[in-house]
Amino acid sequence: MSKGGVRDLVPGAIITNPPTSLRNKTGSWRVMRPVIDQNNCIRCRICWVYCPDGAILEIDQPYEVKGRKYNISYIVNYDYCKGCGICAAECPVKAIKMVPEVERI
Amino acid sequence: MKSSRKVEPLSGNYAVAYAVKSIDVDVISAYPITPQTTIVEKLAEFVANGELDAEYLHVESEHSAMSAAIGAAASGARVFTATSSQGLALMYETLFIASGMRLPIVMALVARALSAPINIWNDHSDLMASQDTGWVQLVSTNNQEAYDLTIMAYKLSEHSEVSLPTMVALDGYIQSHTIEPVQLEDEELVRKFVPKRKKEYVLDPEKPISMGNLGDPDWYYEFKVQQVEAMERAKRVFREINSEFKSLFNRSYEPFEVVYGDDADTILVVMGAHTGTFIKATKTARSEGIKVGIGILRMLRPFPDEVVKHLSQYDYVGVADKSIYFGSPSSSFLTSDITTALHLEGSNTRVATYIYGIGGRVLRLEDALFIIKNLWRISKRLEEYSKKPVFVGVRY
Amino acid sequence: MPIRIWDIPREEYFHSGHRLCPGCGAGIIMRHLSKALGGRGIIAHATGCVEVSTSYYPESSWRVPWIHVAFENAAAVASGIDAAVNALRRKGLLPKEKEIRVVAVAGDGGTFDIGFQALSGMLERGHDVLYVVYDNEAYMNTGIQRSGSTPFGAWTTTTPSGKSWAYGEWRPKYRKDLLFVAMAHNIPYYATINPAYITDLYEKIIKALSIKGPKLIHAYSPCPPGWRINDDDTIRVSKLAVLTGVWINLEYENGIVKVTTPVPKRKPVEEYLKIQGRFRHLTKEAVEIAQRLVDEYVERINKLVGKEVIGPVEK
Repeated sequence: MSKGGVRDLVPGAIITNPPTSLRNKTGSWRVMRPVIDQNNCIRCRICWVYCPDGAILEIDQPYEVKGRKYNISYIVNYDYCKGCGICAAECPVKAIKMVPEVERI
Repeated sequence: MKSSRKVEPLSGNYAVAYAVKSIDVDVISAYPITPQTTIVEKLAEFVANGELDAEYLHVESEHSAMSAAIGAAASGARVFTATSSQGLALMYETLFIASGMRLPIVMALVARALSAPINIWNDHSDLMASQDTGWVQLVSTNNQEAYDLTIMAYKLSEHSEVSLPTMVALDGYIQSHTIEPVQLEDEELVRKFVPKRKKEYVLDPEKPISMGNLGDPDWYYEFKVQQVEAMERAKRVFREINSEFKSLFNRSYEPFEVVYGDDADTILVVMGAHTGTFIKATKTARSEGIKVGIGILRMLRPFPDEVVKHLSQYDYVGVADKSIYFGSPSSSFLTSDITTALHLEGSNTRVATYIYGIGGRVLRLEDALFIIKNLWRISKRLEEYSKKPVFVGVRY
Repeated sequence: MPIRIWDIPREEYFHSGHRLCPGCGAGIIMRHLSKALGGRGIIAHATGCVEVSTSYYPESSWRVPWIHVAFENAAAVASGIDAAVNALRRKGLLPKEKEIRVVAVAGDGGTFDIGFQALSGMLERGHDVLYVVYDNEAYMNTGIQRSGSTPFGAWTTTTPSGKSWAYGEWRPKYRKDLLFVAMAHNIPYYATINPAYITDLYEKIIKALSIKGPKLIHAYSPCPPGWRINDDDTIRVSKLAVLTGVWINLEYENGIVKVTTPVPKRKPVEEYLKIQGRFRHLTKEAVEIAQRLVDEYVERINKLVGKEVIGPVEK
């Protein structure tokens, strides 16, 4: 990506089109990654609420398991998830497991 | 509609206050400090009796005064602040931020000596201490100029090719509290001269932007060079604004202008209210055959190109500086700028430095005459040139 | 109006890709503050962890008009924005129906210490500004140095423990209490919020945004690197703070103090201290002092409320 120069950068270092942080894929920071077990997930919203990075997405994807019907599902946005583990720690039914990002040799 | 044009006997501070009223400022954010106080008092009076529709922020320090001005300017409002000496020193970090963020803030600087010792009287130390802040600096020599330059400052700062904050200086007490006749122009006409334009980027929930971001080594440099270029353009833009001002109000201000210079043997560069004293002294000296031109510097930053054009004609020129640049080769800010400019143009002109009026030490006519005669004698080789500054009026 | 977890709007205004540490409490707070603001806010932000991590040119996480000026002047900048909005509205240069909420955000550094003057000035002048302070209890952005909000006994790089400074400081200390600062300025609203009590957080921010005048919200903001806790301990330590009485979720409105998260039986403070590495060096004596300080604070709040909303320590 070419950086602008004196002639074309907006003076005052103003960022005119936020949120430009989306180009920074902080998922590369991860050492552990959360894996959501959709069958155990009770769609309580807590993981989505507590993620500091907004890396858990609430999507309108219906799901049915063991007679329970849900209108939404939660998925991890691995582009940005830093692997902090708050979601796994706070999930009331332990439906999220933190697994190593890279298997040790 | 009846014109509000009239001549009023006004102090320099009141003249500035009237100028700020006439350009329809939106936000006033200033903290009182001697000798600026009567500006903010007069403005409060205007706001209180409905003559001026502006938000008046009774900020709790000068640092907050400039900070609030920055917030207001970033939101698209026309702002004004004023300070002196210690107040300017307190808002120091925000001065760089205001220019770095390219905000069109106008500030009146009522020049006062910097502590210590604490001193409320006039010298140019506060003005000189802020030369490197990236602000445009205009220096008035009388109350009419204080009024006119304040109006022009808004047009200059808000010009799309400049977008830099401007400070308009006037000398504490000598101008700020001294009454002179000032031609106040019709406010409708002034507002036509400085119309309010919508800024391209403002804080607006409908169009989010981020201002004041972190610029790391990969980015910071470019924005600073942009400031350099804007400063350079300010020279030309000021001249354009001056022409327009002249056609509307019949007064004109050169960034650097020489009077009594046509057949002079040398030029003395001066700044601020003492211009009047030096002009009177040079008129007196002429009767003795001593011909010294007075070079009036009205724009300190950006440093005008005209200075070298005039000064390089002479072998010796003089600088009367009302501040001390500690530890510098000449102890004078003005000499530093002028010698640099001369040298860069390949000129061999030598500059003699006269420092006067420090901490408000009175410049009597005899002192001004001494400077002019001494400079003239150097220019005529009747006295040896010394690179050391002469501290006029000090007791050893 | 009570908020349920399902009332929290889905739309993000504080976006991913910022450089806050994994597990940062402030990240949670900023995300929900921005949601509560919706598309109405203008944020004046002081230098600090959140500021540098979310506005690293050319990357900005804020889909909100946002300005950073310096460390100590978030409140002053917000004052200027408030004044500008008023002036422009009055002069017809800004539509009166357009909803704008001016918010100042700063850390404990930019509020309790260097920003105290500007905060006081803004509160006293009565601006229509919501000031949110995210309190991670030290100058975290510059590398974990002590601030006026650092609690007794906490290790920081400028309060390490040693022979002369057994507790990390040479005396038991009280943190500056913003509740009393709010009272001293007679502002219409002050509240403390905690990320582990998210509906309480929303109720308070929404209520604050509906009140005209200066509002102050004090947010508990855990910092994994600074507090020496695991990245995933953020919410756990936030809960323990409330359950031990170290942090009290309260509200000060119209001169009345109300505790919004009553704790009938408190856990001993040791449970809060022992999961944080910054308290690891504390001796038994120091823990007893810490317990006493919490007891005093709890008693003071109970007295203000007029009844025992935070109960005794459960043995």
